[in-house]
Formats: sequence, C-alpha cells, structure tokens
Amino acid sequence: MITAVLVLLLACGGLYFGLRTSTRTQEWALPSALAIALVAIWDLICRAVGSDVFPTPFVTWLAFIELLESKRLWGDVVASLFRVTWGFFLAAGVGIPLGLVIGWSTRTFRAMNPIVQGLRPISPIAWIPIAILWFGIGDGAGIFLIFLSSFFPITVGTTAAVRNISLVHQRSARNFGVRGLELFRRVVLPAAMPQIITSLRIALGVAWLVIVAAEMVGMDSGLGYLINDARNAGSRYDLVVATMILIGLIGIVLDLLIRRLERFDEVRWGYVQR
Amino acid sequence: MTDKRSNPGRPKVVLEGLTKTFETKGDPLLVLDNIDLTVGEGEFVCLLGPSGCGKSTVLNIAGGFEAPTNGSAHIDGEPVTAPDPRRVFVFQEYGIFPWASVWDNVVLGIRNLSRDRQHEIAKEVIDLVGLNGFEQSYPMELSGGMKQRVEVARALAVSPDVLFMDEPFGALDSLTRLTMRAELIRIWEERRPTILFVTHDVDEAVQLAERVVVLSARPGRIADIVTVDLPHPRDLGSAEYGRAKNRLYELLGVSHKI
Repeated sequence: MITAVLVLLLACGGLYFGLRTSTRTQEWALPSALAIALVAIWDLICRAVGSDVFPTPFVTWLAFIELLESKRLWGDVVASLFRVTWGFFLAAGVGIPLGLVIGWSTRTFRAMNPIVQGLRPISPIAWIPIAILWFGIGDGAGIFLIFLSSFFPITVGTTAAVRNISLVHQRSARNFGVRGLELFRRVVLPAAMPQIITSLRIALGVAWLVIVAAEMVGMDSGLGYLINDARNAGSRYDLVVATMILIGLIGIVLDLLIRRLERFDEVRWGYVQR
Repeated sequence: MTDKRSNPGRPKVVLEGLTKTFETKGDPLLVLDNIDLTVGEGEFVCLLGPSGCGKSTVLNIAGGFEAPTNGSAHIDGEPVTAPDPRRVFVFQEYGIFPWASVWDNVVLGIRNLSRDRQHEIAKEVIDLVGLNGFEQSYPMELSGGMKQRVEVARALAVSPDVLFMDEPFGALDSLTRLTMRAELIRIWEERRPTILFVTHDVDEAVQLAERVVVLSARPGRIADIVTVDLPHPRDLGSAEYGRAKNRLYELLGVSHKI
C-alpha cells in the first residue's frame, strides 16, 4: 500500500519535472511517468476494493513471466500472427488492384461502390458463424475473417486515394502522352501510394482487433483462445490481463513495422503538411 | 537542334470566336465571350485580367484540356482536340510529380528516347534552369522557386514549340518571382518558343510580354491589346514602361495611386 502511494507520488513528481525538460526528453519521460502513475493507481484501486479475482500489477507481472515461460504461448502467438499475415496479404493482393480499378473507372465505381459500401458496415464478427460453416474451426476460418476485415479498409482507402489524384497531375500526364498501363505505373499508383499505405495500416490494426475476437468465439488456438481458456480454467484473471498486455505490445510492433513503409522517398511527400 | 528563331509573320496559335459556358445549377454561366486572338510564332503574349475572367479557360482550351462551347482553337493550322507533348502546360509548382526525383520528373516527356539522348537533354535543361546537383532530390526537399524550375525544365525537355503558362509564379515570393521572370526571358530568348502566359499581375505582364491581352471581368472579353515595345532587359524605371503600366491599370479599371 505504502509502496504504491510512494510510486504514485514519484511518478507525479516525474511528470511535473518532465514538463520542464527539453522536448526530446519529454518524448519518453512524460509517457513513462504517466504509465507508472497509472500502474500505481491500478494497484491502489485493487487494494482499496480488496478483490481477490482481479489481479494487481505485481500478480499480473508474475503471470506474464509464467506465460513467457510456458510452451503454449508461442504456439498461440504464432497461430494468431499466421492468420493475420495470410488474411492481410490476401486482402491487400485483392483489395489494392480492385481499389485502383474502382477508383479509376467511373463506371466500375458506379457499379461496385454501392455493394462495397453495403457490405462494409457488417462487422467481421458477424461473419464468424458463416466462416466456421465454410471453413470449420481452424486457420481457414481465421484467415477468411481477417481477409474480410482488412479487405474493406484497403479497397475503400485505395479507391479514395485514386479518386483524390490531383487534376494537375492527371493533366501533366496527359500533356506528356502518358496513358494506358504506363499511366497506372507512373502516375496512378505512385500518386495513390501514401494513402494506400495508410489504409494498409488501418487494415492491419483492424485485423489484429478482429483475430482476438474471432479466436475467442470460434477457434481453439491463438491469443484470443488463450484469454478464454485462462478465464474458463479457474478464473485466471492474472493470465487474462497479462495476455491482453501482450496483445497490445504485439499490436504496437505490427504498427511500427508497417509504418516503415511511410519512410520511402517515393511516398514521404504524402505525409508532410501542405 | 532545329532553328527555333521566331518567324513573327507566321500565326502559331489562332483562337476564333471562343465562347465557353459552364453548366451550373441555375442558369448556364457565360465565362468567355467571343475571344479572337492570333499569336505569332515565337511571340510572348500575356493574358491579363481579374480573377475569374476566364483567362485560364482560354489557356485550357488552347492546350486541349477543355473544349470550347463555340468557336475554335488552331495551332499550326490544325484544330486542337487533345493535349500534345509539343505544346506543354506549365502549372503552378504543383504540376511536377512529388513521388519522383528531379531527374525522373524532367525525363517524363522524353522517356521513350534512348538512354543517352535522355541524359543529354536532361543535363542540358537542368543546366539551363540552374538545378545542377539536385537531380536526385525529391520535390518536397526543394523550395518553391526550385520546384518551379523543375516544372520549367520538364517542359523544356520536350523542346515544345508552345508553352502555356498558367500563373506559373503565383505561389512564389516576390523576389523569387522577379528572378524567375528574368530566367524565363533568358530561356525564351535562347529557344524562342511561343509563350501564352496567364497572369493577374500587371507588373509581371509588362515585364514579360511583347503583347498584353487584357480581358474584362466575367464574361471574359478582350478589352484591348497593349503592345509593349521594349527590348529586354527592360528598364523598370523607364517612362515607356510606366506608360504601358498605366494603360493596363486603366483598362482594368483599377486605381494605381495609393
């Protein structure tokens, strides 16, 4: 109890002094101090309420170590990542070309956009029964669900990117006689690329959200299944919270990885303020 | 390189009875009303007028990006139906491709020539606009004036015989604008393309053009054509220069005494 209060006070002091330091120090000092403060508050609330089901930060830490040492964790991580990777790449492989065509051809846009917009609001979670019906319990259903949840952001984002290509760039291309496939390669695709990358990033975020839900409902492996399993097998809420934190950390890593795409010279122009 | 010296007697761009209406929600909007204009080969003509007078529309029609509602545009005696790499449009700085390096932008119009030829021409035009050393830079790393130079270099690479320039220096600061005008005149004197230059800046028009076509406010009609009979480099303090300016301000109906 006293330790938690002390930590909280220290963290608040850290926040206070962090505000006075240089911008570069603030970038890591402020969020770290705030995170420590939040963990201390979490600890204090646990003790104040006196629940023996909900884990304190320390118990969660122990569970985290237990998870890392257990053999099954890596199997579950790999299962989740496997489904997300395949579903995501399939969705990008279909969604980017489709979005380019829908965005470029007004007729295709008229024909397909209403259908895409109509299917898009259906939560991928709602597809779980159908996914299991078609693919059974296992990777197939997971990949299918991730495909669905990534496909719409990628297709819609790519479509919008192409429709946003500036008139001046289109005219420059026409002026210099760029047409046909060359127009796609030299103008349409590069002009749309920054926004396509943004849509990939959104799609991967959604995919990581959906896979956990899908594994909780309809699969027998993966991080979502691990959460369900921990709760069902003796209310191990310490394992539940530890897994949640791990899911968050992996999500951050995935986002950092995909953001590397934004650094290429050919797309950097799309992310600066104009 | 072929001799591009002007042949002023020969009409290059001929606009006859150009009329343009835009369909809006209410009544059709008359933007251009019966524009007749002949630009001679190698001539530098400015289209000057207030915002919204349709001067860019004249350029878009001559460049083949828009069709007139009535009337016709001919270049070298042939009707203009579509954009053509022999006549290049120079936009404000945003016309170049931000995803391509300076070099790749410049060779856009000559991409189908042999590698050696591309190198030769690109080097020459990059040299001409003073961008040596920036070949591998991306537009976002360049200042506004330098981006405009890329745009001009890209246009010059195809050795166009007509340049359509739509307020090309509008986004630049006033000092850079002056430099760019001097550069443009230098390049024009060296290569003698026919230039149709749209601006709403009286000074710019008097500094650059041999003839200034003044358009009235919407619907755009030709109010008058003012000949600026001054050799380059022009003395911006001369009486002749002042007279031309005064005449243009008068035609635009703007007070020039503040």
